[in-house]
Amino acid sequence: MLESIADGGIYGLAGVPESSHWGQALHFFVYETMKIGLLLVLVTHLMGLINSYLPVERVREWIASGRLRGSEHLVASGFGAVTPFCSCSSIPLFIGFLQGGIPLGVTLSFLITSPLVNEVALALFIGLFGWKVTLLYAASGIVLGTVLGWGLGRMGLGRFVEDWVWEIAENKAEETEADTRSFWERLPSVSREAMGIVTGIAPYVLAGLAIGAGIHGYVPTDFFEQYLSGGNPWAVPLSVTLAVPMYANASGIIPVVQSLVAKGVPLGTAIAFMMAVVGLSLPEAMMLKKAMQTRLLATFFGTVGVSIVALGYLFNWVL
Amino acid sequence: MDIKVLGTGCASCQTLDRRVREAVEQTDENASVEKIEDMQQIMEYGVMSMPALVVDGEVEVAGQAPSVKELADLLSG
Repeated sequence: MLESIADGGIYGLAGVPESSHWGQALHFFVYETMKIGLLLVLVTHLMGLINSYLPVERVREWIASGRLRGSEHLVASGFGAVTPFCSCSSIPLFIGFLQGGIPLGVTLSFLITSPLVNEVALALFIGLFGWKVTLLYAASGIVLGTVLGWGLGRMGLGRFVEDWVWEIAENKAEETEADTRSFWERLPSVSREAMGIVTGIAPYVLAGLAIGAGIHGYVPTDFFEQYLSGGNPWAVPLSVTLAVPMYANASGIIPVVQSLVAKGVPLGTAIAFMMAVVGLSLPEAMMLKKAMQTRLLATFFGTVGVSIVALGYLFNWVL
Repeated sequence: MDIKVLGTGCASCQTLDRRVREAVEQTDENASVEKIEDMQQIMEYGVMSMPALVVDGEVEVAGQAPSVKELADLLSG
């Protein structure tokens, strides 16, 4: 339906010729803005509701209870995926989990997936790449967090966590009161947070879509195939490295990447790039630096980075 | 009233700080508002989601930035 509104508005009302570069770019921008706006509102509300019923304190109690029988890493990683991510919450979460008696490896599982699979990235992925790629992205993010957290947990890295963290972690975590509000009582605050997220990222998304629209309209279809397809073996690590300083604009970068894929950039390279944009952020590293010694931080980011590169190659090979 | 806004400088932490100050102006003139950005100090309150609001030593809000009106109700009630 949105497609026909965009068609009617641009080609019909405004009279822009359908075959022109300008018409194609405008159509992409209008249609994608409507679709992604809608998806962002929906997904942020859904995630907000999940989070309202499953607050991180409850998740912590559940993982620490010892009832999961070996699936702790998977559960922690899965919760990381549904928890809204803010880089300033990464240390409080890190310490809070350790404080609740959760092992370092399980805590890292959560910490890896939490930024990687977040509500904004998911909404943009569904809108721009469709369900299949979104599921593939989310599933690989969760598996990555599970496996790497498990591996890092076996490396005895606990001594590289700053001492003050362990000191605080020794104080027992406080019991939290259960939230007994009904669905309709929760909705206003969930909705306000969700709309806050959407309006906050809107300028970046619009800018990204505008650039994407330009690429769609004006760049020839096979333009990037010459430079970035299977022919260049360094494309994946190069794009992952380029992605690290781009965190602040993650929501603006995904639409641009989609249009690059449409013009011949391999999907695996693109997914690796986007995973690195959201998963390996400098602001998060700066935050975590206060709680982790360089050795742990470097091991943590290094393993995640290398794994993202490996995933990129895998997807390029399989897809 | 002793009000502390816990946050490390992200966008929603700044929003909460601004709204709290606005709410205080509307309600209690004798409240002190302090923004705490030091991680170690923040962690002593045991919150896991930023930003958080602490009123007289009690954590009232965590991981959210309520509206000015809700904050005013919270502070006066």
